[in-house]
Amino acid sequence: MSRTRVPVVAGWFTGEGDGFRLLGTRCADCGSVFFPREDTACRNPGCGGQDLAEVPLSRRGRVWSYTDGRYRPPAPYVSDPERAWEPYTLVAVELAAERMVVLGQAAHGVTPAELAVGMEVEVTSGVLNEDAETTWMTWHFRPVVEEEAS
Amino acid sequence: MSGQRHDVAVLGAGMHPWGKWGRSFVAYGVLAARAALADAGVEWRDVQAVVGADTVRGGYPGYVAGATFAKALGWQGARVTSVYAACASGAQAVNAARTQILSGLADVVLVVGADAAPKGFFRPAGGDRPDDPDWLRYRVLGATNPAYFGLYARRRMALYGDTLNDFAQVKVKNSAWGALNPNARYQKRVSADEVAASAVVADPLRLLDICATSDGAAALVLSSMDFARRHGVPEPVRVRAVSTVTPRFPQTVLDLPDIATDSAAAVRPPPETFRASIARAAYEEAGIGPEDLSLAEVYDLSTALELQWYEELGLCAEGEGAKLLREGATSAGGRVPVNASGGLASFGEAVPAQAIAQVCELTWQLRGDAGQRQIPGARVGITANQGLFGHGSSVIAVR
Repeated sequence: MSRTRVPVVAGWFTGEGDGFRLLGTRCADCGSVFFPREDTACRNPGCGGQDLAEVPLSRRGRVWSYTDGRYRPPAPYVSDPERAWEPYTLVAVELAAERMVVLGQAAHGVTPAELAVGMEVEVTSGVLNEDAETTWMTWHFRPVVEEEAS
Repeated sequence: MSGQRHDVAVLGAGMHPWGKWGRSFVAYGVLAARAALADAGVEWRDVQAVVGADTVRGGYPGYVAGATFAKALGWQGARVTSVYAACASGAQAVNAARTQILSGLADVVLVVGADAAPKGFFRPAGGDRPDDPDWLRYRVLGATNPAYFGLYARRRMALYGDTLNDFAQVKVKNSAWGALNPNARYQKRVSADEVAASAVVADPLRLLDICATSDGAAALVLSSMDFARRHGVPEPVRVRAVSTVTPRFPQTVLDLPDIATDSAAAVRPPPETFRASIARAAYEEAGIGPEDLSLAEVYDLSTALELQWYEELGLCAEGEGAKLLREGATSAGGRVPVNASGGLASFGEAVPAQAIAQVCELTWQLRGDAGQRQIPGARVGITANQGLFGHGSSVIAVR
């Protein structure tokens, strides 16, 4: 039986492969960008605009900082208590155009030893967890491979 | 608005020792309240208002902590207030009491915060709540509180050259004071080797870099200066400032429980971080500066975060926190001792009690009642803390 791929949160990202992007919103009045998306009203206190349009965020950014989770986090994080805990890496990434920092898990297998503050990374589609019917999809960050960087 | 026109007196301070005692938060709170009342020489029936700092871990009684403690102490008709501001709940409670005193609504007010904490990581409230950022950060990222502490610590290492040993030395310093504090959960000195030998929780931080979660309670009896004089205390410790500020947009430091910062694409970021603005508001209200401090109690959720607070309190320039520590300025006998109570490193966090406990330590230090932890000649102290979701918390007390 094949599982259905479902975003862990609707409307936060879109696309596949090189077309994968995080989705935020941008205020039409002042240009402030919001992630997670703000759909009600602009949070710039000097603006107050209510016209917020969906916008894809930059695909690449630079590592602001990173860490990992050596112990199993509590629910609602989903993990199989029957299996040994495998640490995951978290990366906070600075997006230059948006001038903001976004947190995400690193792609599976990327450890803190492979990361450095300032390193270029890119966003990619990733699997958060699977259950009987569903593969829950999320975003991951992974180091940009040198040959691809230009 | 600054200086002594806004003083309120600290008549009494009391705690229930921190630990894992297996009792209800109500029991801890009542015992701390009775200790504070005894310290003040004030009868419970003469207290005109009670302010409870809420806990989210005690069910409904935790959300109405003021009334819960009033009932447990014995209903006597006092005005009641209950406040919640995550880790900053205690400062909000102190401020609620202070504003009632300064506005003339009450002469003497009891402030109580207590918690009974779970083992291990704090977790979000139950249920499937995808609109709640605190729920989302666990569901989507597994981002525990220590994960954020790890991010801050790693960034300090990259930007300022802080080392793992610098972080460990914060624990060494604070545990030495904790060993002298009968209210601390951990009353044992810890060596840098022991920190280095403890398990990594969130790279680069180890178990002994990160504060535990504890049971505990703290209480204060606050009054007007007139009441204190009539009560025979002409020169009490005084609360001179309470900062409860929020951030300014755009907030550019990734903060618990957020998944991203605000964007600074359209609006220039403020000239100081949120944490720095918390302290500045307190300094301005008190009409003093960092050079006037005898001591500070800061929220060392992690060892690395204590170094961050040095900079944001203005004890040293940005990036020089580790240097200040290495010079011994924040240790016993230093220019401005930090966390003479032993800090969260020795207490573990009992969320709604913690900011009140910081003020208890200032009170004892400023009175000269801190025993072996006493900072000689302490005259001015500051507390600093930050609650999830944008809650500033800083109290300045003077003698």
